[in-house]
Amino acid sequence: MIGRDLLGIEDLDRSDIERILQTAVHMREVGEREVKKVPTLRGRTIVNLFFEASTRTRASFEIAGKRLSADVVNFSPSSSSMKKAESILDTARTLDAMDPDAVIVRHEVSGVPKAIADVLDAPVINAGDGAHEHPTQALLDLFTVQQEKGRIDGLTVTIVGDILHSRVARSNIYGFLKMGAEVRVAAPPPMIPPAIEELGVKAYTSLREALSGADVVMALRIQNERLAGSYFPSVREYAATFGLDRDKLHYAKEDAIVMHPGPVNRGVELSHDLADHRPSVILDQVRNGVAIRMAVLYLFAGRNREHAQPRRTS
Amino acid sequence: MSRILLRGGHLLDPASGRDERGDLLLDEGVVKAAGAGIAASGAQVIEATGCWVVPGFVDLHCHLREPGQEYKEDIASGGRAAVAGGFTSIACMANTHPVNDDPAMTDYILDRARQDSPARVLPIAAATRGLEGKVMTEMVALVAAGAVAFSDDGRTIMDGGVMRRVLQYSRLVEVPVIVHCEDRTLVGDGVVNEGPVSTRLGLPGNPGVAEEVQIARDLLLAEATGADLHVAHVSTAGGVAMIRRARERGISVTAEVTPHHLTLTDAAALGFDTNSKVAPPLRSDTDRKACREGLADGTLDAIATDHAPHAVHEKDLEFTLAPPGMIGFETALAVVLDLVREGDLTPLELVRRLSTNPARILKRAAGSLAPGSPGDVAVVDPERHWTYDPAKGYSKSRNSPWAGKALIGRVLLTFVAGKLVYDVERGVVAP
Repeated sequence: MIGRDLLGIEDLDRSDIERILQTAVHMREVGEREVKKVPTLRGRTIVNLFFEASTRTRASFEIAGKRLSADVVNFSPSSSSMKKAESILDTARTLDAMDPDAVIVRHEVSGVPKAIADVLDAPVINAGDGAHEHPTQALLDLFTVQQEKGRIDGLTVTIVGDILHSRVARSNIYGFLKMGAEVRVAAPPPMIPPAIEELGVKAYTSLREALSGADVVMALRIQNERLAGSYFPSVREYAATFGLDRDKLHYAKEDAIVMHPGPVNRGVELSHDLADHRPSVILDQVRNGVAIRMAVLYLFAGRNREHAQPRRTS
Repeated sequence: MSRILLRGGHLLDPASGRDERGDLLLDEGVVKAAGAGIAASGAQVIEATGCWVVPGFVDLHCHLREPGQEYKEDIASGGRAAVAGGFTSIACMANTHPVNDDPAMTDYILDRARQDSPARVLPIAAATRGLEGKVMTEMVALVAAGAVAFSDDGRTIMDGGVMRRVLQYSRLVEVPVIVHCEDRTLVGDGVVNEGPVSTRLGLPGNPGVAEEVQIARDLLLAEATGADLHVAHVSTAGGVAMIRRARERGISVTAEVTPHHLTLTDAAALGFDTNSKVAPPLRSDTDRKACREGLADGTLDAIATDHAPHAVHEKDLEFTLAPPGMIGFETALAVVLDLVREGDLTPLELVRRLSTNPARILKRAAGSLAPGSPGDVAVVDPERHWTYDPAKGYSKSRNSPWAGKALIGRVLLTFVAGKLVYDVERGVVAP
């Protein structure tokens, strides 16, 4: 049974994920119509509360909400409690008093959506918190793999890059494992989180070994400006050792697909050519993102109030 | 001055090894007599049957926030919280505003304490001016003013040359230099113990090796200088092992551990509860067990609270921005009684680590029930069940991981200088 909030894939079980993916099939069909709008969430108010700058994810949620006829309000305080007079919880309480039907939260610090969910009446959907979770990204990745491969169970998925700082990696690790895939991670050693194998994945420092037999290769964005020189020596060395191009892709299965959560640093995580052409499915991921977020909004923001579970007060 | 006879309690006096039923007579501010069947005509008799009668606890490490941050705590509220937890002497860190790096400030703290605090307050002065890690403080003058130790605490002195000279100079005053061992370059922006929990939460990890590297440096400098080093709040198995070896080699080092590092692990952070954020961070279960073993075998001398009050609005921030620290005076005893219940320590050995050993480290006469000792005594019911509500406690702050938790063991009465200052039924009764 899906809970009140969507804070992370770690909290979901396989049947929850399957239900969301199944719902997204129908939502994708809406997006393929000439008139891409259904009245499902008419009269509902959805707030995009984005403390951290994001154009892609916010636009995806906004389009998803609008296709379901919800009123979508964007609110971007875009700075932390420290930098302004109002704390995150006060901001959240203020919004809650306006009685939204769902609040979508993104913040640069892990745990903020949880802290906000603890004080809010409205359901909270995590749109990415620190290096913790980004559940809708993982759901759209699962959906994309299911569309491409017809299944997830039994596949081998290799996630390459900055695992340490990546919420996308964590959510995908939980999601693919729960759906029965084998998950591997590969990165320069400083970017492999301690005890990552306790989550059930295998960690590699050799890209070649990590890719061997992989059905899905997911490259993560490297934050060049912040990390070069401390977590790896240079962008050039990273691209040479962990950047994906057609040559290195030969280590994986012949029919392997390549994914990336975007935006791509061309020539770093992915070669220019691979970023634009199959087997990469990057734009399909974006397209599926709208369908997944419609499904999530439908399932989490579309409930009748009387069915809402009581919220912990403290 | 009233005479008080505590009758029929279980006397636990680590200083003399006394561990038996008996009476204790307090008179003229000191312990007059301890033993079986003391006759005390005219004394007020208090029945202590079924309770422990122990020397008041001595806390090597707390933050009273006065002057400068009285919205978190002050000497009055901190002192009241202390005696409610059985602490009769509390050593407060120098990170006030302004910093306690000048004899006038030490005077001020002691003056406030005489007026406001039911517990004895023992100021720890800064080791360097402004806690800046550059220029050492006037140790001779500060000790003359009443400073009992020197420490920059959480502002770890990263410059090894400065640390070496601070240790050398401290030999002039023969008081310990207390070190918060965390190499700040290894801590980085870490906010929880680095390990499976930091990985799951996606929060920056603070590795145990950050503590171990710094303990190694300071042990070597203590050996080289012959100074008295005291390592604050040890949290890692590696740190415990190094201190154990150093003592075997005859290095003059003592060490403390907190109730939270003895009983909690980094799993407490799994719900992003900022009240679990503390420096050094709560560690793994392996580390927690090693700290218990170190306390049991004497490697770690003392239990110290690191009582660190922060206001609710400060702890209600993002996990990375919330200040580290938790309050501890009022819960310490109940929490560490777990070690007795789980067989790590006998009651007598627990009291030694709460009272006798910390008093010895600070060269205080407290920590003993021998006749002539200060009349600083706590009466404890080790079986009393209660639920901790920080809002009903004496600290101004509420940042405790034990808020709302059921605890076992409570201080019933606290005496300072032979005078009742706390009674669980009536609360703090003096000053």
